[in-house]
Amino acid sequence: MSLQLLTILVVGATFVLYIYIAIRSKAKDTSDFYVASKGVHPVLNGMATGADWMSAASFISMAGLIAFLGYDASVYLMGWTGGYCLLAMLLAPYLRKFGKFTVSEFIGERYYSNTARMVAVVCLITASVTYVIGQMKGIGVVFSRSLGVSFEVGIVIGMVIVFVYAVFGGMKGVTNTQIAQYCVLIFAYSVPAIFISLHLTGMPIPQLGLGSTMADGSGIHLLDKLDTILVDLGFAAYTAQKMSTINVLFLTMSLMIGTAGLPHVIMRFFTVPSVKDARSSAGWALVFIAILYTTAPAVGAMARMNLMQTIQTGAVGSPDGNIEYAKVPPWFKSWEKTGLLKFEDKNGDGRIQYYDEKGLKTAESFGWKGNEMVKVDRDIMVLANPEIAGLPNWVIALVTAGGIAAALSTAAGLLLAIATAISHDVLKGWLMPNINDQQELKYSRIAIGGAILVAGYLGLNPPGFAAQVVALAFGLAAASIFPAIMMGIFSKRVNDKGAVAGMLAGLGSTLVYIFIYKGWFFFKSTAMLPDNVDNWLFGLNPQAFGTVGAILNFIVAYAVSSVTEAPPQRIQDLVEEIRVPIAAKVK
Amino acid sequence: MGEKSREEYWRRNIKLVVGCLIVWFVVSFGFGILIVHPLNAIPFGGYKLGFWFAQQGSLYIFVGLIFFYSNRMGKLDKEFGVEEE
Repeated sequence: MSLQLLTILVVGATFVLYIYIAIRSKAKDTSDFYVASKGVHPVLNGMATGADWMSAASFISMAGLIAFLGYDASVYLMGWTGGYCLLAMLLAPYLRKFGKFTVSEFIGERYYSNTARMVAVVCLITASVTYVIGQMKGIGVVFSRSLGVSFEVGIVIGMVIVFVYAVFGGMKGVTNTQIAQYCVLIFAYSVPAIFISLHLTGMPIPQLGLGSTMADGSGIHLLDKLDTILVDLGFAAYTAQKMSTINVLFLTMSLMIGTAGLPHVIMRFFTVPSVKDARSSAGWALVFIAILYTTAPAVGAMARMNLMQTIQTGAVGSPDGNIEYAKVPPWFKSWEKTGLLKFEDKNGDGRIQYYDEKGLKTAESFGWKGNEMVKVDRDIMVLANPEIAGLPNWVIALVTAGGIAAALSTAAGLLLAIATAISHDVLKGWLMPNINDQQELKYSRIAIGGAILVAGYLGLNPPGFAAQVVALAFGLAAASIFPAIMMGIFSKRVNDKGAVAGMLAGLGSTLVYIFIYKGWFFFKSTAMLPDNVDNWLFGLNPQAFGTVGAILNFIVAYAVSSVTEAPPQRIQDLVEEIRVPIAAKVK
Repeated sequence: MGEKSREEYWRRNIKLVVGCLIVWFVVSFGFGILIVHPLNAIPFGGYKLGFWFAQQGSLYIFVGLIFFYSNRMGKLDKEFGVEEE
């Protein structure tokens, strides 16, 4: 059977599964639609959160990012997981006790202010829409590379699938499909990782394989060997730090706070039955996420090793140390066809030289005339893994299904966050307070349908700034949403004026700092300073500014609150109430 | 739940959270970033210790921390009679 047919069968089978689950999970009322009637088991919610969280980028791009950044990629590994500690200890249990449907609803009630609620809605929708564009693109990319359909058709198929289960099932349908999608994606990620680890180190567990010796009998540890190979070819050592320490610190912190403040993640903790379950469910979520996030560094390092060893077969500079182009393995040629790998024989010797021109001073004396691997797309590191490891076609098909599952599950969670903010916060909470439950349910279905169309449109016509916006999503969540919720729980003194001023300060400063370097509203021509370390304030990367925005939010909120009146007694009572799981039992 | 025990419950909760977050900070920002260079001089299996904390160890500790927190809070709830049925 051809690979393409097999891939269509495997992906088709997963779609049938998702639709089947959707049919069985129709939402009957708004509680079903918004929070799955608060009946999701904490372990299953952890799984759903894992799929919700791990996006197309986590599945396809992260290992490639690690492969090329080495140690510096730790900011993503720690940043995207450490946020769950903040979520579990500072937000989730209290929001679950509050027991309502949306994040902005909490902010509105705690700060007794519709303005605060609408500011939160704006932050929420901006963060989620920017994030969902990436997912739509991810679906299109996977489809077009693996199924032989166009990018556009891929996005439309993805939209239809999400439409079916999100519109009918709401949170209930999304939760159940996310559980299935987690299983698909983690299986698809682990199988090639296990085989690559076995192949290189003889150790089946990738997390241990990364710390093992090479299986070639040399007795050298994999990471040491990788460092040596890279340094010999002029690259920086894999385990060495290249980014400045201040950026590593601030970027990690921004990603952590941003993770804890992203509404589509917080929302998942409204669906469990109790406060106790909200705490443990965050732990389960991180277990399921860490399975992939601790495997990814192994996949990254091993894929880089495979790539280097394929090209540099002997000693650096020796006449036959580099592979002849005529003898490259089939995967090399098949990825060249996609344009993701590109080779140019600059010195015309028929062999491939892959090195860092700035780092390797002696290159000319070898007769090398420049780095000949003119393009190595990072995404290849995961997508080509099964072929490099010589795995059967069904594994390649599975990786495609896994990538689609990762993109669909995250897209659905984001779309649901957008739709609930529109139907519950804007319509029911502000514009049409008198609609009944069934009418609200109808509007929430229309809202999610509309959100899917907008996301699809933006996926098909991505604005030029698509690559920048994920940083924006994290920056916004870190600088606006996280501090507002945290102060709402841990302070009884912060009032409506403080919260609104704080959110606007966090949001405004983060946006301005990003826009100065990336261009106002991401129009490149309007950038006021070149986007590089020499021009950054204190050398701080715009992506890492969320931390500063969050600090400004805290300071402004406390300062404004301290010179204005304390919140009314009923709000202080509300804060007391959400701090304990239940009021004291009747003795 | 009286005013007094409510305050005591909250005080103990904060103490637990602060304790957990100190560990959270030390393993990631401390071991994984600030003192990663000196730690990298120490081999840990085939890893350099600092690199291991940054790409593996801190993630495992994060998971452990959440379950530790969740478990301790469960006990605290029982002690103060505020646990859910």
